[in-house]
This record gives sequence, structure tokens and C-alpha cells, in this order.
Amino acid sequence: MDAFIEPVATFFGSAWPLVWSLLKIIGIIAPLFLCVAYLTLAERKVIGYMQVRIGPNRVGPRGLLQPIADGVKLLLKEIIVPSGASKGLFIVGPVLALGPALAAWSVVPFSDGWVVGNVDAGLLFLLAVTSIEVYGVIIAGWASNSKYAFLGGVRAAAQMVSYEIAMGFALVCVLMISSSLNLSDIVASQGKGQGADLGLGFLSWNWLPLFPMFIVYLISGIAETNRAPFDVVEGESEIVAGHMVEYSGMAFALFFLGEYANMILVSALTSILFLGGWLSPVGFLPDGFVWLALKTSFILFLFLWFRATFPRFRYDHIMRLGWKVFIPLTLFWVVVVAVWIMSPLSLWK
Amino acid sequence: MDFQSVIFYFFSTVLVLASLRVITARNPVHAALFLVLAFFSAGGIWMLLHAEFLAIALVMVYVGAVMVLFLFVVMMLDINLERIRQGFWSYLPVGALIGVLMVVEMIMVLGGRYFGLDAMPQPAEVEQGYSNTKELGRLLYTEYVYPFELASIVLLVAMVAAVALTLRKRKNVKIIDPAAQVAVKRDDRVRIVSMRAEKE
Repeated sequence: MDAFIEPVATFFGSAWPLVWSLLKIIGIIAPLFLCVAYLTLAERKVIGYMQVRIGPNRVGPRGLLQPIADGVKLLLKEIIVPSGASKGLFIVGPVLALGPALAAWSVVPFSDGWVVGNVDAGLLFLLAVTSIEVYGVIIAGWASNSKYAFLGGVRAAAQMVSYEIAMGFALVCVLMISSSLNLSDIVASQGKGQGADLGLGFLSWNWLPLFPMFIVYLISGIAETNRAPFDVVEGESEIVAGHMVEYSGMAFALFFLGEYANMILVSALTSILFLGGWLSPVGFLPDGFVWLALKTSFILFLFLWFRATFPRFRYDHIMRLGWKVFIPLTLFWVVVVAVWIMSPLSLWK
Repeated sequence: MDFQSVIFYFFSTVLVLASLRVITARNPVHAALFLVLAFFSAGGIWMLLHAEFLAIALVMVYVGAVMVLFLFVVMMLDINLERIRQGFWSYLPVGALIGVLMVVEMIMVLGGRYFGLDAMPQPAEVEQGYSNTKELGRLLYTEYVYPFELASIVLLVAMVAAVALTLRKRKNVKIIDPAAQVAVKRDDRVRIVSMRAEKE
């Protein structure tokens, strides 16, 4: 590998670190977009089978080219800017919806050492970046100059800010027991423990001692990405499509890409923080990227499964779940974990 | 000019321009969004000073939470700019005074060598592996633990007061209690009656 990189590095000279980072970024973003495209197909197929339908099966063998056809169609459509819209912000909205979802991937470790930026404050960076995501929806909702879009934007603002708090506290528990904000270190710390010593690594991952936090994080993740059953932001049956109602063509596609990229991000983070990332569940199999991919796919499948199973929550129920159930529960669990770490029963010595 | 200076000047330019637009933008929503941009660029500059915790906390708290709620309110309000402009001349003396104060402060900072800046030497260059987050945490929970806890109590009191001031119990509201709704059992809603079959 180094023998190939060496001559290229000398060719670029002092600009090499910049070029190398760009290459790494492309190496993440290109497969990510492919995953997003096929996640839309997987969603339609999985929900189709759950509802005893076949799902898309016309374009290509077994419908495998459907996402490509969708993409081409959206690229060729005209972007219509409503006459009363705030033009600049109308264009900025979808860009801001997608940007943070991509920026967050810079600190996600895919395997031991496979990370673009191995930052010490990685978890903080993630919290900050995911908190910016809400702007895309709010700006799009306001700039469209439509009541439906505005209602969607206002709902998004309230919902995402509420669930961020519960998510943050769940993460505080994780970083307390792994005593690091670096995502690679958090995964490494899950590879140690009594379970790992017995060859049953999956017993020492964070999901078991932090089970309530795992559930809270998973559900808050669904609410944070505005997926069913928490999709009142879109709410097709009441406010048509919320913030996206005035968008067409590629601008609409950017929202779509952002939503699915966020879903993959939340699933990957759940796998990294609670399910041991790239660690193998049993001692006799080697660790590697494939485990992270499998775990992420499983959580993504849960997203689709929930969408096919549960009816949409009523808005006041969403707020109640966030503020009156999750936040007190996570606050209480932070104290429990703090006492647990200092007690003789601590698992994380 | 090295790479870091380029980044510094980029963030500073954006910060200054965005701050200017906050006070000159006609639309209050645009002004609030420019304030968001200003916060974000300030975070970038702090990051250059190795203060990554402060930078990220600024983005997380101000950009991610405070400004979202701020926008939420500004978007809902029907702000009449003409009415706000009316008070311009009466507020001008106060505003000018604060402006002059800020200019004096800036002069003292920028012309530091005439005002005894040597007493505050530049901090030493940080070594590899220095964690600003860890350092802040250590100071906050050891040396400054009492002031820190006091500050948090003041904030808590302010929070409780804000809730107590705005919480009003209205009469005759048809509010529903989701907790009671979730706890409903089948027997509360349905009664199964056993009847003999009848023949007409």
C-alpha cells in the first residue's frame, strides 16, 4: 500500500495532506450515497413484504435499478421557487439539511484506525453537528412562505431540540463508563471486561449495563431523524409533507438524502456506542469493518420495521415522551451509573 | 502566510460581516440567522486557539438550542419595523455611550503594549496530547467547585422562576392527560354482556 502512495505523495508535495484528506472524504461520501440510494429501495421492499406486497420490481432485475431511475428523474425535474419565497434561504435550506449529516461522518471510526479525523472530543463534535441539523428544516419551513411548510418547521424545531437533551444524557452515561470522548477509545473500552475474557465479547458491550440508555438513544434517534412513528414533521395526512411541500426536483432530493444519511449515521453511532462497533461478538471470530456494517444494517432494519408497524404518535404524546419520560429517566440513570462506577461492584476498573 | 492564518482570516471576515448584517438586516429572521453564522465563526476561531471544548459548547448551546428557540419566536412574531425605528433618536445617547466604551476597550486590547500587557504573558504553546476538555473539567471540579456550584444554583433558581412566572392554570380547559389515556385497560371502555339468543 505505502509503495503506491509514496510516489503520489511526492508528486503533490506540500499539498499532499490536503489531497489525502479529500481522497478520504470522497472514499466515505461516495459509498454513503450508494448506501442511501439502496436504503430507499430496501425500505420500499421491506415494508412491501411486511404488508404482503412485492414492492418495486419493474426497473432492472428484481427492481434493483429503481433508486437509479428515481435519482435520474429527480435530477431532470425543474426546481420551482415559489414567488413569495425568501429565495436565498429557500436554496440554503436543503443544503443545510444535508451538510451536517455528511460532516458528522468525519469522526466516525469504521475499524481500528479507519477514521478521517481521530479527534479527542469526537463525541462532543457529533453532538454539536447533529444539533445544527435542525436548521435545514426550520429554514426550509420559513423560506417557503407556506403555512403547511411553516407548521412542519415549527414542529421540527420543538421535537428535535427536546429529544437532543435525552440523547445527550444517554451519551453522558456512555462517556462516563468509557472515560473518553474519543469514539475509537469508546469502542476499544467495550472490548474489555468479564464477558470478553470468557470469549463472549457481546456481553461486555455497553448495551447490557446501559440497557435503558440504549433504548432511550435508539428511540430518540428515531425522533431526531423525524422517522415514523415520530414523523409529525412530515405528517403527510395533516400538513402534506411539512417543510418539503414547496420543494421539487433536486432540492427535494437533498432533503431525502439528508434524512437517509442521518438514519445511517444514527444507526452507525448506536452500533459504535452501545453495540461494540467493529468488535466481533464472539472471541473466535476476528474483529473488522464487516461487524460494524452488520450491526448498522440491523438497526436500519429496525427503523424500517418500526415504520411498518406503529401508527404515527400524536404531537402531545411525542412531547410527553421526550420531556416527562426520557429526560427524568436519563437524569436518574446518570446518577445510578455515577454511583455504580464508584462502588465496589464497578465493572469498569 | 501559513494555513492557520488563512483559516483565521477567513473566519474573522465571516464573523465581522455576519455581525454587521445582524444589525443592518431588515428582516428579523435574516438577522437571527446571521447571528447564528456569527456564533459559528466565533466557534471556529476558538477552535484555532486549542479551546475545542468552548468552541463546541458554543455551537451546541447557542447555535443548536438557544438560537433555534429564538428563531422559533422571531418567525411567529409579526414585527413592525417602522414602530421599532421610532425610538431610534431617544435611544441613541445610551447606544453611543456603550459604543464608545467598546471602542475604548478595543483600543486597550489592541494597543496592549502601552497599557501593561507584559504583565499577562502569552500562554505557552500546548504540547501534543493536551486536552482542553480534561483541563477545564479538572479546574471546574477541584479549584472552582464552589463558584461553579453556586452559578448552577443561580441558574436553577432563574429557571424555576421563569417557569413559575409563566405557568398559568386556566379554568375549564378540556386538556387530556396522556398518562391516563395510555393506562386505559379494555375493561374501562368495553363491557361484554352475555345475552340469550332471540328469535323473531
